[in-house]
Amino acid sequence: MSTFVETEPTQELEPFKGVKKVPYEEYFTSGHRTCEGCESAQFLRLVAKAAGPRTIVVGATSCMYVANTSYYSTVWGLPWIHTQLGAGGSSALGTAAALRALMRKGEMKKEPINVIAFCGDGGGADMGLSAISATLTHPDYNLLIVLYDNEEYGNTGIQVSSTSPYGVNTTFSTPGKVKRIMHNRWKKNVAGLMLAGHPTCKYVGTVIPSYALQTMNCVRRALSIGGPTFIHCLNPCPKGWDFDPMLAYEIGHLAVNTGIWPLYEVEKGELKLYGKTREIAEGRFKRLPVADYLLKQGRFAHFTNEDVEFFQSQVDDMWNNWLIPGVIPLRKQAASTAPAA
Amino acid sequence: MATLTLPVKEQQKVLAQEALITGSEAIAVACKLANVDVVTAYPIRPYDTVMQYMSQLVADGELDCEFIVADSENSQFEIVKHASVCGARVFCGSSGIGWMYAMEVLTVTPSLRVPMVALVGNRALDDPGAFGVEHNDALAVRDLGWNLVWVDTAQEALDTALICYRFAEDRRIFVPVAISCDGAFLTHSQSLVKLPAAEQVKKFLPKYNRGELLVHPDNVISVAPQCNEDWVMEVRRQNYAVTERACDVLREVYAEFESIFGRKYGNPFFEEYRTEDAEIVLFGMGTLSTPAKVTIDKLREQGKKVGLVRLRWFRPFAGAEIAKALERFRAIAVLDRDLSLGSPDLSGVVATELRSALYTNAKTRPPVLDFLCGLGGREVTVPDVEKIVEITFEAAAGKPQPLTQWIGLRG
Repeated sequence: MSTFVETEPTQELEPFKGVKKVPYEEYFTSGHRTCEGCESAQFLRLVAKAAGPRTIVVGATSCMYVANTSYYSTVWGLPWIHTQLGAGGSSALGTAAALRALMRKGEMKKEPINVIAFCGDGGGADMGLSAISATLTHPDYNLLIVLYDNEEYGNTGIQVSSTSPYGVNTTFSTPGKVKRIMHNRWKKNVAGLMLAGHPTCKYVGTVIPSYALQTMNCVRRALSIGGPTFIHCLNPCPKGWDFDPMLAYEIGHLAVNTGIWPLYEVEKGELKLYGKTREIAEGRFKRLPVADYLLKQGRFAHFTNEDVEFFQSQVDDMWNNWLIPGVIPLRKQAASTAPAA
Repeated sequence: MATLTLPVKEQQKVLAQEALITGSEAIAVACKLANVDVVTAYPIRPYDTVMQYMSQLVADGELDCEFIVADSENSQFEIVKHASVCGARVFCGSSGIGWMYAMEVLTVTPSLRVPMVALVGNRALDDPGAFGVEHNDALAVRDLGWNLVWVDTAQEALDTALICYRFAEDRRIFVPVAISCDGAFLTHSQSLVKLPAAEQVKKFLPKYNRGELLVHPDNVISVAPQCNEDWVMEVRRQNYAVTERACDVLREVYAEFESIFGRKYGNPFFEEYRTEDAEIVLFGMGTLSTPAKVTIDKLREQGKKVGLVRLRWFRPFAGAEIAKALERFRAIAVLDRDLSLGSPDLSGVVATELRSALYTNAKTRPPVLDFLCGLGGREVTVPDVEKIVEITFEAAAGKPQPLTQWIGLRG
């Protein structure tokens, strides 16, 4: 007997079988004021394209609010409404609840409508964590929450959040004469938290715009599977991370190829790594040194060799010692070959 | 006091049943009659008994709605806010510090034109912890565009909840309204309530229709973009325009209510009790009316001419009507079950607003004394009210009294 319940029908969104099969229609179009090379905007463009026109989007306060939707302009070719910083999870739930009630009571034409709420890492991993978690416990409201993670509070001019990497330079974690590392916290494993903590949630996935086709297909799978779902996207940010905008795509690949950002999907409890992450896990690709990734970004320019080594050791630990690398940090029951203490 | 004006046959049709219910349950009954679509609950005393009743109604199949228990008041109000913009009629509520946890959402619902109806089971704000009644929770949103009404009986609670839906969902208004029931004294006390028939409610409440503001794939709009100094002021002006119309719309709605249900509330904004020949009046909100009326009846037998004006609608504040009603008295005693620390004359919220309304609207200047009382759920007793009346008669006789006093304080 499954823990997963049947839900109202969702749209049947088949995966795109290749870049050339992706439709031309844009539902996130021009009219935004995002930075050159903004991967968060790229991500939302992919989400909108993957979802199609029978969709309602709710957007929490973030870069993707102010930069995309400053009156008179809007990027959205879909119905869109703003919500508060910590309300990504609750706004999605409210939207889905209204549609369900009104359709059941015959007040609205019955059809599967995609409900997508987006939030940044500030709004999702910090302020809105509780609301997202509560929403994922509801087994039968169809909705998708996407957390676009540029590892900072970007809209307010770059400050640390719970998903900011160790040691990063931001305006709230400034390297100084006495303290070089003001942010000594490791990145919160949000997707792991979501998939481990909500056993009836049918879909949790991690994506990155450098893998554009896979990102769209993850979104389509999440929207089709039924119930509340969650996608965490890593979004290189030229402004906050301090790199030339033309490198955004490459930085994304480096995040994956160093093993720092694992790509995976969990569908009804089954874990599937994909892309280079899968090759790393299967031993077919050797992880690049984290220095290749860190030292291309000005936000780590203050790092000493020790800092880079520490960062490397954490990533190594994740890949060597976690029960499921990148996903669950419980230590493996290792048969120790070390001499007894 | 509500009186029936319909012929007997009509009365029997309208008054389908009677029930002995609390203020909270009366609100739940109103929501059932209003056929709400989405309700969110979060536990906090003393409002949350309404949600216990709602849960039972849903479980028993008496009400078809989504009933969601949220993870916090902030989420609770966000969920119904978004349900409302998608076309669902919603109900929500909180008390005291829980209402404050939702403050971010309460702030944006007026400008988003979300006509939600919320029950505030008035409760003192922590810290120190207290479950009992104070009015500062609901009053905290008074500047933000919410409409605010206080009721003092379960009957008035039920009737006013229906009125709130009709009023809030009127396109000329289309902002949220909070209906306040004193914690414990009204939320948890039972009285006999006439329950209106479902057909009458259907006549009174048209379908909730957001029109071109509906968030739906057939209506591709972007709602609430960033506006800054270019457009925020104009958006505020739109909410201001609502307040310019609010009193007239409210009068219309109450007249409609009377014609359909037969219960007459007279002027919507306040109730008058034995004011016809009064020399002084008490002025306040909520269940203060009970000790006030009991004391008034007692003092009347002694020949003392005192009455009560019980304010219902705090927002819109019908300053002109209130001034017209009060200016003829020789002195006014405001009972403030709230504080406004640091205010002019250190008076509570109601006295400060009343004095402001009198200053611009009244032709005379009777002394307006403020009495801070009943805080933290402390009972306002008959001796308390007698003392208030005594002090106010002194003021009426020309002997100056402190503008603000505490009543019922220890020591």
